[in-house]
Amino acid sequence: MKYLDEFSNPDLARNLLDQIHAAATQPWAIMEVCGGQTHSIIRHGIDQLLPDAVEMIHGPGCPVCVTPLEIIDKALAVAARPEVIFCSFGDMLRVPGSSSDLFRVKSAGGDVRVVYSPLDALNLARANPDRQVVFFGIGFETTAPANAMTVFQAQRLGVDNFSLLVSHVLVPPAIAAIMESPTCRVQGFLAAGHVCSVMGTAEYPPLVDTYGVPIVVTGFEPLDILEGIRRTVLQLEQGRHELENAYPRVVPPEGNPAAKAMLADVFEVTDRAWRGIGMIPRSGWRLADKYRHYDAEVRFDVGGIHTDESAICRSGEVLQGLIKPHECEAFGNECTPRNPLGATMVSSEGACAAYYLYRRLEHDTAGATAPPAAPAVTPEPAAASR
Amino acid sequence: MSVADRDHTRMAQVDFGGVRKEVCCEYIPDVATGDYVIVHVGFAIQRLDEASALKTLAEFDQMGILEEEFGDQLALAARQAGLDDPEHGEASR
Ligand code: SF4
Repeated sequence: MKYLDEFSNPDLARNLLDQIHAAATQPWAIMEVCGGQTHSIIRHGIDQLLPDAVEMIHGPGCPVCVTPLEIIDKALAVAARPEVIFCSFGDMLRVPGSSSDLFRVKSAGGDVRVVYSPLDALNLARANPDRQVVFFGIGFETTAPANAMTVFQAQRLGVDNFSLLVSHVLVPPAIAAIMESPTCRVQGFLAAGHVCSVMGTAEYPPLVDTYGVPIVVTGFEPLDILEGIRRTVLQLEQGRHELENAYPRVVPPEGNPAAKAMLADVFEVTDRAWRGIGMIPRSGWRLADKYRHYDAEVRFDVGGIHTDESAICRSGEVLQGLIKPHECEAFGNECTPRNPLGATMVSSEGACAAYYLYRRLEHDTAGATAPPAAPAVTPEPAAASR
Repeated sequence: MSVADRDHTRMAQVDFGGVRKEVCCEYIPDVATGDYVIVHVGFAIQRLDEASALKTLAEFDQMGILEEEFGDQLALAARQAGLDDPEHGEASR
């Protein structure tokens, strides 16, 4: 893959790490907002290679993790209907609802299918005119353009047996909510590169100014993350707070104008409850009035759902950066990726799953402070979709 | 990569390091064969700017060279404090 190996180059990573070590003279807490970045940081052991003074706090940027329980329960209710073909990305299947998950609905006879793209779901609807095809449209600003285009196409092609169960979430209001929290320890942010590749960077200077916090846009490869951390630490050490773009190869300041125009047409801003965090004002998108006909919540009567969150799971604290996953008692015991109690253990972008995949052995041997045995920066296999 | 129209939707064959997939490129209207694109759930959402990628890599590379020239952390700190380096322009390769 072009520029994946290059941006994992161990020699260049060493250069960046040396710069960070030289720059950091006092403790700093930096949050990476995006779950893809959390995965990369844990996988490559970047947090362990950083100076002790620099702590990475893992943010709420795993779309699977923050999708509200109520929407999961609605998905389960819709998917169980006999006339419905319910389409979803694969990582939603094991996300626990109040009493079940999509995987179990499928085992019980529900027609639940995993698709690669929402357009696949639209094609299924065209191929099955006598069925109702519902796509589970969740995610951040990166995924929203795909869902917007699919609804737009459904309308253009007159496909009436297609609908979207939609729960999009937005990054900038989440950053504001984190900074407003009385328990907030975050002093700088790495902003999610692919969100910005769509939306551009204009939403961030107001956050930088309001909260006096550095924000550096960066990508997902080890060098991108190290460069983001290096620039954030330099700002903090020098008492600056600015928006910097460390990912210019993918993020033009204006983002993607065609995608933004489509998003503005299909969606409208709404308040959204984030799982584990709570209501954040104006932090989500729902279908705009003229597309309401394609809203699965309108098409199927799924009101009156009573939600019931696991009493053991502390994913809310994990998502807010208040605890690290292994501080949860259920971590690796009652709760594993095979049998997840919380959504943060399901998706590989969730902090609990990332720690389970890459850190479990260390915690098992109580050697939590031991440095990684092998050089941790290894080339990424073709992770094409990031 | 080849671009084709399907139901008035621009679709392209994209090579993911050996695996080919069909991708919607409505959001990159002027995409051309040979371009590198960022793909998310079957949609091209942005083009990869190769010149910018190479520039960033060269900057990372130069950081190390400068550091070797300075030799120690003290000099590094001096440079970060804003002291200029007369050889800066020749450090690239
Ligand atoms: S380890 Fe499991 S139970 Fe604990 S916070 Fe993470 S998802 Fe929840």
